[in-house]
Amino acid sequence: MAEYYWPDAGNRRLIGQRISRVDGPLKVSGSAKYSADISRPGMLYGKVLRSPYAHAKIVSIDTGAAEKMPGVKAIHIIQGPGKVVQWSGAEILAVAAVDESTAEDALRKIKVKFEPLPFLVDEANLSRAGNRAKPAADQVVGDPDKAFQEKDVVILEGSYGLPVIAHCCLEPHGQVVEWEGDQSLKVYPSTQSVSGVGGEYAAALGIPAGNVLVSMQHIGGGFGSKFDAGPWGLESARLAKKAGRPVKYFLERAAEMTVAGNRPSTFAKIKLAAKPDGTLLGWESDSWGTGGIGGSGIPPIPYIFNIPNQRKRHTAVATNNGAQRAWRAPNHPQACFLTMSALDDMAAKLRMDPLEFFLKNIDLTGVRKELYRKELLKAAELMDWKREWHARDLKSTGPLKRGLGLSIHTWGGRAHNSKCALSIHPDGSVEVNSGSQDLGTGTRTVMAIVAAETFGLPVEAIKVNIGDSRFPPSGPSGGSTTVGGVTSATRRAAQDALAQLMAKVAPDLGVGPERLEAVAGRIAVKGDSTKGLSWKQACSKLGVKALTMNGENPGGGPLNNSGVGGVQMADVTVDSETGVVKINKLVAVQDCGLIIDLKTAESQVYGALIMGIGYALFEERIMDNLTGRMLNANLEFYKLAGLGDIGQLVVHMWMGDKEQDDRGVIGLGEPPVISPGAAISNAVANAIGVRVPNLPLTPDRVLSAMEKGGMAYARI
Amino acid sequence: MQGFEYAQPKRKDEAVRLLADEWGPTEILAGGTDLLSFMKDDLASPKRLVDLKGVKELGGIQYTTKTGLRLGALVTLEELLDHAEVRQSYPALAQAAAGVYSPQIRSRGTVGGDLCQRPRCWYYRSGFGLLARDASGKPLVPDGDNRYHAILGNGGPAYFVNPSSLAPALIALGASLRIMGPQGSRDLLLENFFVVPKTDAEREYALKPNEIVAEVLVPPASGIRSAAYEVRQREALDWPLAAAAVALKLDGKKVQGARVVLGHVAPIPWRSPEAERALIGKTVSEAVADAAGLSAVSRAQRLSRNGYKIQLARVAVKRAVLQAAGGA
Repeated sequence: MAEYYWPDAGNRRLIGQRISRVDGPLKVSGSAKYSADISRPGMLYGKVLRSPYAHAKIVSIDTGAAEKMPGVKAIHIIQGPGKVVQWSGAEILAVAAVDESTAEDALRKIKVKFEPLPFLVDEANLSRAGNRAKPAADQVVGDPDKAFQEKDVVILEGSYGLPVIAHCCLEPHGQVVEWEGDQSLKVYPSTQSVSGVGGEYAAALGIPAGNVLVSMQHIGGGFGSKFDAGPWGLESARLAKKAGRPVKYFLERAAEMTVAGNRPSTFAKIKLAAKPDGTLLGWESDSWGTGGIGGSGIPPIPYIFNIPNQRKRHTAVATNNGAQRAWRAPNHPQACFLTMSALDDMAAKLRMDPLEFFLKNIDLTGVRKELYRKELLKAAELMDWKREWHARDLKSTGPLKRGLGLSIHTWGGRAHNSKCALSIHPDGSVEVNSGSQDLGTGTRTVMAIVAAETFGLPVEAIKVNIGDSRFPPSGPSGGSTTVGGVTSATRRAAQDALAQLMAKVAPDLGVGPERLEAVAGRIAVKGDSTKGLSWKQACSKLGVKALTMNGENPGGGPLNNSGVGGVQMADVTVDSETGVVKINKLVAVQDCGLIIDLKTAESQVYGALIMGIGYALFEERIMDNLTGRMLNANLEFYKLAGLGDIGQLVVHMWMGDKEQDDRGVIGLGEPPVISPGAAISNAVANAIGVRVPNLPLTPDRVLSAMEKGGMAYARI
Repeated sequence: MQGFEYAQPKRKDEAVRLLADEWGPTEILAGGTDLLSFMKDDLASPKRLVDLKGVKELGGIQYTTKTGLRLGALVTLEELLDHAEVRQSYPALAQAAAGVYSPQIRSRGTVGGDLCQRPRCWYYRSGFGLLARDASGKPLVPDGDNRYHAILGNGGPAYFVNPSSLAPALIALGASLRIMGPQGSRDLLLENFFVVPKTDAEREYALKPNEIVAEVLVPPASGIRSAAYEVRQREALDWPLAAAAVALKLDGKKVQGARVVLGHVAPIPWRSPEAERALIGKTVSEAVADAAGLSAVSRAQRLSRNGYKIQLARVAVKRAVLQAAGGA
C-alpha cells in the first residue's frame, strides 16, 4: 500500500499560494456555458401552473383550451383533482410549448378550481400556531434548576429569532432534458450532485440508472438547495417524453423564491445563568421554527459553549410553505445567532467586554479551545478591539452610533467520497477526470494545483474535466466536503501515477525509483539535478498508451480531516434616528487545516461574509396571513446586499502552523457564513445599547427595539 | 406576456393618435423599466404599445435663468444627473435622481416614466388590483402586511405609496407638466397631477388615457435653496422608506417661503403645509427643522405595521430642511 501524504511546508510550490481560478477567465468573459445557456435542436420550453392558495383541494382541471393552442406540445398533470396542495406555488401541472410565452399563455387558458382550506404561513407568533405546533425535543443536561438558583447567580432572559430566508441562487433551479429513444436520458441540470442526480431520474422514470447522462459545466450557485432532481426536473423529463422533444425549464424568480427551498426559521426564549465573574452555569431555551409543512432540523444550542446545566425544548411548526432545503451550514447560523446573542447580552448585563467574557468561558468550547483563544486574539488585533470597543451604555452625541460585536462558529467539513481518473499521456499532457462539480469553491483549480504540485508541473499543464456523470463518481457538493474529497482523490491518483512513471524511467537514469523526484518540470535524481529527464521525455517512455490511475478518497483518510473553528467581528454604525444599519468593517479569522489555494479559500470567506450581511440586515421571506402568499418573491422586496452595503472585509486565514498543516484539508464552504448574523447583531446591540431581538436588522425592528428599550431616539 | 401591436411614432401628435380613450388596451412605453415587468407579471395585457422613444421632440433639457428648466419627458435620470445646471440650480432634483441607485435604471428610466410609474404595493403586484382587495371586496392592506404602505392620506380606498423618485423634488420646486392630447397641449401643476384612485380601473394621475406627459417645466430657481433626502435601507437599488424634498426661499437667514413635499408616505406625493408653516419666518436650526418634521407627520396615521415610517418621514423632512438651508 502506498502511503499518501501532503508535501510538507518546505516542499510546496503551489499548495497554499494565491492562485487564480483556472476557469475565471471563462466566467468573467461570459463564455462559460451554464446549463441555463444550453439549447438543443427542437427544444421546447416548460412552464408549471402553480397553486395560488397556501392550502387547498384541487376540485377540477380543464386543459381543453390550452391543448388546442398552436405551439403547445405537451401537458402533464402533476397533481390532479382530489389532491390537496400544501403551499402556494405547489405544482399542479406542466406545459411544454415551442417558446416560453406560448407556454405561459397556455397556463392562462387552463382552468383549475380549488376549494381553499385553512392555512398557517407565519410561525413567528407561536401562540397562533395551534395544533400545527408539535414538541420536537425536550432535553436536560446536568441540573439546570440548581444552576439558576445558585447564590449570587446573574440571570439573563432574552428573545431572539431569525426568519425563513431563501437561497437566492443567481441561476435558478432547472435543467434541459433530452431523451434518446425512450430508455436513455440526457440531463443538463443546475445541480450540486452531477454523479448522484441521475439515479433519481432513473428511479422516477423507470429506466436503468446507467442510461441517464448528466452534464453540467458550471453552476450559478446552489448553497445546499440543488441536490435533488426536483419536480421541475422530473416533470420536464415526463413532458419531454410526451412531446418527443427536448425540454428546457428553469424556474422563474418568483417560483425560485417560493418552492426551491429555504432556510428554516428559529425563534427562542433563552435564559442564561452565570456567576458574577462571568462563569457560565446554566442554559434554558424554548425554541421553535418552521421548515415548511414537513418540519426542519433542530439547531444545536447552546452553540459551541457546552454550558454544564441545560434545559432545551424545541417545537416544530408545520406551515403551509414550500419545503426547507439545506442552506449553507444547515442549523448552524440559527444556533450561532441565538447563542452568541444571548451570551453577548449576558456579557452586557455583567458589564463585561464580550471578548473577555468569551475568553473567560473558553474552556466550554471543547477540543478547539486553544485555537478559539488564538483566533479571538488575532481577530481582536485586526479589529483593534481593545481600543475601539466601548460598553453599551457609553453615551455618544449625534444620531450615528457605532458598535462592535463578535461571534465564534464551528463546522465539520470532512471530505466526501470522491473518485477521479488521472491520465499521464505519452506526450506529457495530464488530465484528471471526476464526476464532481464546482459550486464556486474552485474544484477544477484545486485539483489542478494538487496534480501540478505532485508532478512538479505548472498549474496550466493539468487539464481538469468535471461535471459529467461518465467520469468516476464524486460525492455531492454539500457540507464543505468537496475540496477535501477531490484534492485527496487527485493526490492519491497522482502519487500512484508518479510512482509508476518513475518506475518506468528509473532504469534509464540508472537509479532506483525511490531516488527520483519530480521537480521543475523534470524527473530527476534527488540531489543530482543534472541526472534527469524532462517531464515530456519521461512521459515518452510510456509508449503509446496513457498511464491512467484511479484515485479514490474513501471519505476521511490521511489527507483530510474535519472540525474547524473561526471567529468573526463586526463594526457597524447605526443611524439611531432612522434605524438604518451600515457595516463599517467585518473581520473573519478562519482555520481550515491545510489550504490548497489561498485565493479561492479567501474568496469563500468574502462571499460568506457578503451572504451573511444579507441575512443579518436584509433577508426575510415575508408571508401574508391573509392571502397565504409570499409577498416578496422577487429581488425587489426580498433584499440582498449590494456592493455599497458590505463595508470593509478583512479575511485572515489561520494557516502556516504545523498543527493546521498536519490536519490535512478541511472544507470551508459553510463555516464563514455562520457567524455574521450574530456578530453584526451584537455590534448593533453594542451601538444602540439594546438588543434587536430578530433578524434581519431592518429600520422598523431597530427603532422598535430602541423604543421598547427606552433608548432615547428622537421622540415623537 | 400576451402578444401586442408595437407602434413607434415619430411625432407627438402621431403618438397621441395611437392612444385609445380608455385605460388598458393601450400602454405608453418609454424606458420600460416598470411597464415590461408589469406585462411579464400579467398585470397589464395591452393590445398596443406606443413606444415614445422615437419622438425626438419629447427629449432634451433646456435651461435659462429667465425661463427656468424644461425637461422633455424622455430625458433619462442619468441625463438629468449629468446636467450641470440641474445639479447647480435644482439640487433637490439631482439628489432625487441620484437616489435611484442603479446605473441601469438611471440610464433607461425617464422623467415622464418616473412620474407615471405604477405603485409597488405588493398586493397590487400580486394581482389583487390597484386597491388591493380580496374576493369579497375587503381591502387587504389594513389587516395585511403594510410595512411599506402609506402613513398619510391612508384613510382608503388607496393605501399604496406613490413610487415616484422625482415628484417630491419637482413639486417642491413648483414644476408643472405640459400634457399633450388630441386637442393639443395643456399645462398642469405637477402638484395637481397626482390623484387618489377610487376604483381599480382608475389611475393615480390626472392624465386622460389618450394623453401623454410631454414636458416638465420647472420655474427659475434663483434664490431658492432645495434639497431632497431619502431614508433607504440599502445603498444598492432600494425603494425609499420615506423621502422628503424641500425648497426654501431665504431672506438673509430667515425663511421667507417654503415648500415641503414628502414621498413614499402617501398615495400621492404629499405636500405638507403644516411643515411649511413651521418654517416660514424662522431661522433654520436643528430645532426648527425637527419641528417642521414633526409638523409634517402631525396628521400621520399608523397602520398595523408601518408606525416606524412616521419617524422616518419626520427625520427625512428634518434632514432635507437642514440640507437645503445649509447648501448653496
